[in-house]
Amino acid sequence: MFSEYSLTELSSIFLMQGFAGLILFSVFLLMALGLAIIFGQMGVINMAHGEFMILGAYVTYFTSQFFLNFIPGLFGIYFFIAMILAFFVTGALGMAVEWLMIRRLYKRPLDTLLATWGLSLILQQLYRTVFGPREVGVELPSWMMGSLPVTEVVEVQINGLFVMGLTIAITVAVAVLMYKSSWGKQVRAVVQNRVMAGAVGINTEKVDRYTFGLGCGIAGVAGSAFTMIGSTGPTSGQLYIVDTFLVVVFGGAQSLLGTIASAFTISQAQSTMEFFLSGSMAKVLTLLGVVIILMLRPQGLFVIKVRR
Amino acid sequence: MSSENDNPSKLSSTRRKLLMGMAALPAVPMLASSGLFSSPAYAQTPATSAVNTTGLAVTDTEVTVGILHSVTGTMAISETGSVQAEKLAIEQINAMGGVLGRKIKYIQEDGASDWPTFAEKAKKLLVNDKVAAVMGCWTSASRKAVLPVFEQYNGMLYYPTFYEGLEQSKNVIYTGQEATQQILAGLDWVNKTKSAKSFYLIGSDYIWPRTSMKIARKHIEAHLGGKVSGEEYFPLGHTQFNSVINKIKLTKPDVIYAAVVGGSNVAFYKQLKAAGIDLNKQTLLTISVTEDEIDGIGGENFAGAYSCMKYFQSLDNPNNKDFVAAFKKMWGEKTVIGDVTQAAYLGPWLWKLTVEKAGSFDVDKIAEASAGIEFPKAPEGYVKIHPNHHLWSKTRVGQAQLDGQFKVVFETPELIEPDPFPKGYQ
Repeated sequence: MFSEYSLTELSSIFLMQGFAGLILFSVFLLMALGLAIIFGQMGVINMAHGEFMILGAYVTYFTSQFFLNFIPGLFGIYFFIAMILAFFVTGALGMAVEWLMIRRLYKRPLDTLLATWGLSLILQQLYRTVFGPREVGVELPSWMMGSLPVTEVVEVQINGLFVMGLTIAITVAVAVLMYKSSWGKQVRAVVQNRVMAGAVGINTEKVDRYTFGLGCGIAGVAGSAFTMIGSTGPTSGQLYIVDTFLVVVFGGAQSLLGTIASAFTISQAQSTMEFFLSGSMAKVLTLLGVVIILMLRPQGLFVIKVRR
Repeated sequence: MSSENDNPSKLSSTRRKLLMGMAALPAVPMLASSGLFSSPAYAQTPATSAVNTTGLAVTDTEVTVGILHSVTGTMAISETGSVQAEKLAIEQINAMGGVLGRKIKYIQEDGASDWPTFAEKAKKLLVNDKVAAVMGCWTSASRKAVLPVFEQYNGMLYYPTFYEGLEQSKNVIYTGQEATQQILAGLDWVNKTKSAKSFYLIGSDYIWPRTSMKIARKHIEAHLGGKVSGEEYFPLGHTQFNSVINKIKLTKPDVIYAAVVGGSNVAFYKQLKAAGIDLNKQTLLTISVTEDEIDGIGGENFAGAYSCMKYFQSLDNPNNKDFVAAFKKMWGEKTVIGDVTQAAYLGPWLWKLTVEKAGSFDVDKIAEASAGIEFPKAPEGYVKIHPNHHLWSKTRVGQAQLDGQFKVVFETPELIEPDPFPKGYQ
């Protein structure tokens, strides 16, 4: 297969392929982080995760339109503002959803699956009615497009670097919040023993609401970032939901480290196989691998011991 | 839903024959003239019993047709344009006096991007509403789902999408191109003008891209003396193309030949652009991107690429100018018109012309009369229905511009004969 290429060509392609794998890793991790918090910490199976992401994407679209029409001079930096807005808008919607729906279902975790699936359908149709059924094109500032040539053949995608940086920043922030802050301690206390946490004076309802809001907000930021690499339409969220659950479940639901390891494994496997096999075949083999490993290790890659 | 007209099949057969005999006399002179926009010939409306012997929803003043597309679900993105075009055509026909003196009324059903739903709604339109014809479907999967329904209940479907071919039915008129019409001329063009010899084929993983690529590969290898340096399919909804883009960079094909659809389309072109592949230097020819898709992809991500279609919004002819103006007037300045939208617009017009030629709404007579129907006022230019129920049409290549429109760079000199079962390509 490679006999007709020179050594430099091959080495640079493998370098770029490695980079492609890292981008995929960042994308997977970014889309899974929000879900990992909600599913892992709260046990809520949020099927509407993709729709929260797309809300973030729409916020980005409208921010870009606003900047284009009213302050075109600052268009170069609109993306950062869009991401912050996306975080707060989707976070607010998440908190509203928690208050209206999810908090009534904590005792019936499996029902959250059905309820949030219904929510995802409602949101899709709402987007379609409000924003129109067609996909919208989100225009990027010119500095975010294209690639940086490293050598003649090796090129590094700027938006890939951007997603990577963003993923690292958010992962670190989540880790600090969950494991270093007192709020994180409260969240983990509620997860481990809700009654006891309430007894020592933690406002468990408030903790639930903010945790859910945080997870949704991160989904919104992910959606905002994905306008660079994917489509923005009422049903685009469905494109991500399967991979997202795959990463979270494979990693072991309650562990941040598990999510990271799982995103890394799946993305590397997928991107390597895509290079040597066809796209559909790579997907089939990835899913097959995940199924086999989950049969042997139903709890996922990493597990934190929880008293049940 | 009940049909609000009298159902002639409920009449006793003797009475029906009597009515038919009476009606036949005044109807005869009207059949003679079927000029395109000549309404005076229908100043006197032929009797309902003469033009409708099978109990369709036809009254003395109205005829009902069905519109069956997805306005919810994944496919709503694509099918919205078709619905708009069909409604525009119906409105224009009504403004000219309708069909055989009857105004067209439509019943719209939602296929909801779900193939069994399409079949169910098709049955509802044919059995309950007794519609005279249905304009509808978009994906091949939905067409395959409704086909047995149309054949069983003898309905008439006008199907707008370019598709893979390998199908022909008495009950369907295919107003889009079949695969060989769309593919061969485009490949010949790129081979000639770009001296292209090596092709990288990439598509979504379902029947239309796979059949199209099979035809493309045969043509490239057998007729153009070129080679296929890669052939790849990705699941519908795939969003990560960096690996295949690396492969493309490594193999350096003369042409990337793409049939990626839906949300994947957007991801594919955005990532090509990000990976530093300049479509003004790397030739890319696609059969799946119309003006509609560019809306989502973004003009700046697609500019420079070539698309092979039978229609572009920018076509410079008087028919098209009128059509684009009327479409924008009805649906807003910002709407764009893609290939399939134009093909959907042809549906009601071709049906009207056929009904007038047949002098009847009966499906059997329309199926028979369809062959040879000409529509010189089509936005894409003159078209004609072939006896195999597909259209003779020209194929064009357009180069995408930054504003999301195409500049037509090539047009076949003659109409291409539809060949849904191409020999040597299967």
